[in-house]
Amino acid sequence: MAKKTLIVIGNGMVGHHFLEQFADTPAAADYDIHVFGEEPLIAYDRVHLSEYFGGSTHTDLALGTAEDYAAKNLHLHLDEQVTAIDRDLRRVHTPKGEYEYDAVVLATGSYPFVPPIEGNDQEHCLVYRTLADLDSIRASAEGVKTGVVVGGGLLGLEAANALKSLGLEAHVVEFAPRLMPVQLDADGGALLKRKIEELGVKVHTEKATKAIVPGEEARLRMNFADDSHLETDLIVFSAGIRPQDTLARASGLEIGERGGIIIDDQCTTSDPQIFAIGECALWDNRIFGLVAPGYTMARTLAARLNQDSEASFAGADMSTKLKLLGVDVGSIGDAHASTPGARNIRFNDEQAGTYGRLVISEDGKKLLGAILVGDNGPYDTLLQYALNGIDLPKHPETLILPESEGGAPALGPDALPETASICSCHNVSKGDICNAIDAGCSDLGAVKGETKASTGCGGCAALLKSVVDVELGKRGVEVSKDICEHFPYSRQELFHLVKVNGIRTFHSLIEQHGKGRGCDICKPAVASILATCWNEHIMAKEHVPLQDTNDTFMANMQKNGTYSIVPRIPGGEITPEKLIVLGEVAKEYNLYTKITGGQRVDLFGATLSELPEIWEKLIAAGFETGHAYGKSVRTVKSCVGSTWCRYGVQDSVGMAIRLEERYKGLRSPHKLKFAVSGCTRECAEAQSKDIGVIATENGWNLYVCGNGGMRPRHADLFATDLSDEELVSTIDRVLMFYVRTADRLQRTSVWLENLDGGLDYLKEVILEDSLGLGEELEAHMQDIVGTYQCEWKTTVEDPEKRKRFREFVNAPEKKDPVQHWTTERDQRRPANEIKVEMV
Amino acid sequence: MSETKWMQVGKREDLIPESGIAVWTPDGPVAVFYLPGEKPELYAIGHYCPLGKANVLARGIVGDLKGELVVASPLYKQHYSLTSGQCQEDEAVKVPVYDVRLNGEMLELAVPVTAKEGCAA
Repeated sequence: MAKKTLIVIGNGMVGHHFLEQFADTPAAADYDIHVFGEEPLIAYDRVHLSEYFGGSTHTDLALGTAEDYAAKNLHLHLDEQVTAIDRDLRRVHTPKGEYEYDAVVLATGSYPFVPPIEGNDQEHCLVYRTLADLDSIRASAEGVKTGVVVGGGLLGLEAANALKSLGLEAHVVEFAPRLMPVQLDADGGALLKRKIEELGVKVHTEKATKAIVPGEEARLRMNFADDSHLETDLIVFSAGIRPQDTLARASGLEIGERGGIIIDDQCTTSDPQIFAIGECALWDNRIFGLVAPGYTMARTLAARLNQDSEASFAGADMSTKLKLLGVDVGSIGDAHASTPGARNIRFNDEQAGTYGRLVISEDGKKLLGAILVGDNGPYDTLLQYALNGIDLPKHPETLILPESEGGAPALGPDALPETASICSCHNVSKGDICNAIDAGCSDLGAVKGETKASTGCGGCAALLKSVVDVELGKRGVEVSKDICEHFPYSRQELFHLVKVNGIRTFHSLIEQHGKGRGCDICKPAVASILATCWNEHIMAKEHVPLQDTNDTFMANMQKNGTYSIVPRIPGGEITPEKLIVLGEVAKEYNLYTKITGGQRVDLFGATLSELPEIWEKLIAAGFETGHAYGKSVRTVKSCVGSTWCRYGVQDSVGMAIRLEERYKGLRSPHKLKFAVSGCTRECAEAQSKDIGVIATENGWNLYVCGNGGMRPRHADLFATDLSDEELVSTIDRVLMFYVRTADRLQRTSVWLENLDGGLDYLKEVILEDSLGLGEELEAHMQDIVGTYQCEWKTTVEDPEKRKRFREFVNAPEKKDPVQHWTTERDQRRPANEIKVEMV
Repeated sequence: MSETKWMQVGKREDLIPESGIAVWTPDGPVAVFYLPGEKPELYAIGHYCPLGKANVLARGIVGDLKGELVVASPLYKQHYSLTSGQCQEDEAVKVPVYDVRLNGEMLELAVPVTAKEGCAA
């Protein structure tokens, strides 16, 4: 049977979500699916659009890749706008051709509303919706000082943040008497205004713009109805959205009075062959301007195309929790108390800068809505009360009062019904999570993998964790954090035992706090902890038996029992003389030579007994160990920066060398890689490193906790425009905090993901010093820096230590009988087949 | 069990506490481990890891798992019993075990008399 054709018009967040939900279902097999996107870029995350100015790229924000689409047999047509739908012939037209269809999904989204102000169409009057819009804003902001956002709603404040991150003096002009008029009341709006002004954004409320005319001191002047005016270099309109229904209108589909494609509960338009989802769709006379309801429509439609007669869209919760310019804002349900008989509890702490309001039913039993500004702490709990109709506690005010003795009554995950929605992005209920656990998921990671909960916006991470913990506990699953059978402690706990009790050897640690002789799990972990705390030579007699072979012999064991050697080349900068020495040594010992991914030279194939001789030569030439064998700082990659590059704005090589020299001896739970880029072109790929540094005009932007490896992760922007000194002290703190608190072999990325409170918490600890640990962390790092020694230098100078490198203690002249070699591309490498069988 | 003879393979000072050294014997390379305080204090098993296919076992980390003394192969981390040579992760894999002792300052290993120098190579 020939396949039918399904055409999806629009490749935004909702269109993409529909494909994700639909592509793997049985019904999808009946269709050839074509997707048309007007933008040249594949669907990306518009919720985090402002991060584009913080250094994120389309790739970071993209929700999928062309390969993903191809793998699911989806035909992706980007940069191809559908211009007409011929419903009689069932054909869509684009500038590139005509396509027949059996069904169409309209996911055309919305466009920004530009108020009808005289002069609103001139140059430097812009909107904020697509990456192309952001490029225009960036271009317009080049070299000027001031920017205005028209619209003090959610998107407008997001846009103001974007202008601020471009270095502009940002203003917000709002027609209503307060900010976020839809979500907040007068007190909440006033507090938000104050907080945002404290951050340097100027807010003008109750301002109606009459006209935009040429300015005297800046490019433009906005004339207001009250005869005041404001001069600015650019204007971004962010005064709401309008459904993008032009195509549907032209095709004769039924449209609402104020726009929007009318749909029923099954997302069907007035043509049964055409569906509409997301912000272009009008349901029950409403347009939903948030992504979650769009996702719900997408899921409904996917189910419906799979003949699920139950699937229907029944409206959506418009509650929102955001951090706008770093200020917490939450709005839940009936925030304005429009329900008849509703009562209010308000707590306005002008001192602390927090505002909370509860809207409660007439009988005082249910929560109808809430507003939070300044502290979103109670949001998750309040949302669960409101969504699930849970009876309020006797003193509901405690839910928004600051914590006092006795504390607020927490709504334990136990109190939530099975139907409680935990993750609204992926529509995961508490029941789904319980089912996943009953089906065998035994930890948080497994539950996330199975249900996708908390993999969308991540806002539910804390709630999800507590539900999983409680449910696992109920089933008698004890989540053991013990490092191995010899110690009933996690790595972090062992770290504290070592540090607090001043323990200096594995022997005394296991005698006092463990049992048995230890094993290949706990021994290297403890060795690493001891190294971090006391920084003694890893070849000191007590520490030798603790090390993995790579650490013991300070080289990386390869598959045939030989080793590779990686001398340090800080920042990848090397003199011709040193390069020649590397070549000569490699030639003398017949070593295979390769440039590593970290801008160093790897020399392969040295036998155990050759290692000290080779290092003697390298040390004489001025090299030192590169720690390529250790769980330690490996390399700091760099571009050439302002020294040679036409675009470099800072000396990235100098900074890379400085960082590599500083941290080169640090032992850590996992290997660490850094990079420093001299400009935002990012040639050093700093955003894929544990510590990434990118030069700006004003200093350095610091990214943390990225990695390559099996599960790559982009680093998070941690701090901006740091001076050299600030950069170093911030890295000191982050690294030392990681080294002290991470689990065994835990990468920085996984560490951050598991850190309660995540990136925000890390920022509090490091940048705001919320734990008062800052100085201690820096002092500890300084101690490590001060006690650095080249382990290889100490080793080759000590005859006792050198004795360790005998291949066979009783036969120094014997060669290992199972090492067999072959030649490939003019270099020696291990032979694939080892013919000799040992008995 | 075939007949063995004691062979001198090193000295007391060559031993490294809590760790292994490799020695050359007519029966092939052997790994000797020294665990002070344990009974006995010396253990010897083949140096060749049949799963990693390289002579490396003396360079593994020594420890105990569920009461059994083991060494973890440095290549792929399988554990071999120091007393039986049995691989804990794969029932079918076993390495040879040798008697080993200190005779005064001399380290001695019991090698099968049938073994010929070089047969391992």
